[in-house]
Amino acid sequence: MTITLGHYLVLAAVIFTLGVFGIFINRKNVIVILMSIELMLLAVNLNLVAFSSFLNDMVGQVFVMFVLTVAAAEVSIGLAILVSYHRLRQTIEVEDINLMKG
Amino acid sequence: MNPVSDFFLILPELILLGAASCLLIFGVFRTTNADPGVTRLAVVFMGVSLVFVLAIAGDEKMIFEGLLITDRFGQFMKALVLVGAILTLVMGHGYREREGLMQFEYPVLIMFASLGMLLMVSANDLMSLYLGLELQSLPLYVIAAFNRDSERSSEAGLKYFVLGALSSGLLLYGCCLVYGFTGSTSFDGISAALSHDNTPSTGVVVGMVFLSAGLAFKVSAVPFHMWTPDVYEGAPTPVTAFFAAAPKVAAVALFLRVLFDPFGTMISHWQQLIIAISIASMLLGAFAAIYQTNIKRLMAYSSIGNIGYAFVGLAAGTEEGIQGVIIYMTIYLMMTIGSFGCILSMRVRGQMLEGIGDLAGLGRTNPLMAIALAAMMFSLAGIPPLAGFFGKLYVFLAAIHVGLYPLAVIGLLTSVVGAFYYFRIIKIMYFDEAKEVFDKPIGREITVVVSLSAVFVLLFFVYPTPVITGAANAAAALFP
Repeated sequence: MTITLGHYLVLAAVIFTLGVFGIFINRKNVIVILMSIELMLLAVNLNLVAFSSFLNDMVGQVFVMFVLTVAAAEVSIGLAILVSYHRLRQTIEVEDINLMKG
Repeated sequence: MNPVSDFFLILPELILLGAASCLLIFGVFRTTNADPGVTRLAVVFMGVSLVFVLAIAGDEKMIFEGLLITDRFGQFMKALVLVGAILTLVMGHGYREREGLMQFEYPVLIMFASLGMLLMVSANDLMSLYLGLELQSLPLYVIAAFNRDSERSSEAGLKYFVLGALSSGLLLYGCCLVYGFTGSTSFDGISAALSHDNTPSTGVVVGMVFLSAGLAFKVSAVPFHMWTPDVYEGAPTPVTAFFAAAPKVAAVALFLRVLFDPFGTMISHWQQLIIAISIASMLLGAFAAIYQTNIKRLMAYSSIGNIGYAFVGLAAGTEEGIQGVIIYMTIYLMMTIGSFGCILSMRVRGQMLEGIGDLAGLGRTNPLMAIALAAMMFSLAGIPPLAGFFGKLYVFLAAIHVGLYPLAVIGLLTSVVGAFYYFRIIKIMYFDEAKEVFDKPIGREITVVVSLSAVFVLLFFVYPTPVITGAANAAAALFP
């Protein structure tokens, strides 16, 4: 069996969906949400690399480098906010994040 | 392409980048509290950047092999963004002084966020779009959680971060699908690829929908508005004012550019989407705000509704519609800044108040502030001859001219419902028993900013030409 572009797209779509559901279904821990965000971005990277090689075009791989960099910055900021939140509330359970309705 | 002239064209961005980096280092090495000085310098440098935005000729030019673009549309929107950032930074100074939020990082983060917004407005490639958007979002996550001693502020920051990251993920997934199915990340390349075939492939349509969903998050249009009320309520008030002003304008500008530049030929696909988003936003903005008792939460729903009205013009998909959106966003910016200026003055014996009931009797205890706030509320409700009326007039006219009658009618009906809660604030101010008198504002900044926006809102109809011709030129530059 040969691996085609379609296989990569399906795999990436599955990983992406897992990431999205990880954010919404998860009722336990904010760290898991951070991991889910990372999953979504990695699914996109997989897609970009697959397209790049399929189209014989370098732009997609350059894009991946930018996405990786931004993802690192994003998660570090998320962790920083989480630390300051934990200092005040002593908890990072998703269910406890309910001071304001909505 | 001559790289020297490229650098000249992005001088406003370079000034912000250089100034923000230098101010950050200055703040770190300074032993005493650097904030007052850094804030003042930040305002000065953003002003310089604004001057350069206006001075650099607005003809359409590509920068760095088409990664960025400058044109009259970008020029107008960048000017709006910078005006919003400067006024909200000036306005928030007194609040931060009293609440102990005098850290120099705040103005620096505002500058980096403004830099991201300028890049968003001038993006002409999916890569620069994404990087600009993230450069705007990352500082915003931090300043939402800026008050580290407040549980609400931290929670607002956390919520904004999680939902913002989700929206960036959706947007990015859209970007990668569009890239894969058109073979290009540049807006010109995408529109060229799409102009060949009459029916775009499913991949491109799905990518476009994901991209729009990510952007709808940033402008807080229904159904992606969940974060707005909580973040507006929880974040410190100067931050909320900034959120409601500058990033909204930048995100709407990016939305316009993305829909008309690369996806201009797919108008029949995205028009349905925008109509649905617009109707849902107008309805939610009108009905959900009725039950609010916190004025910052009320402003959140008001801003959701306002985005709905602005999108009426976008749904029209014509040059007139774009002009309407630009005029609407200009007026929205001034109304929002004026309203938040009044909210920032709601203080009794050193305590900040946020309840709508706390405004009771303001008409007698502080008539000038009551007049300013009443002007903002009448304008938000769209009462002629105030500025808000003209904003609505232009977008509804654009929709009627292309035959979108249901959209215009729903818009009018929701404005009537919306008028109810705006008028309720006026009623509370003038007809309810007076509560405690508000403290005198410290410093003149808020008074100056509020008077500026009140004059703009009240006298817009006397001399509207600069805004209207500016918006017309901008719309002509964007429309294919």
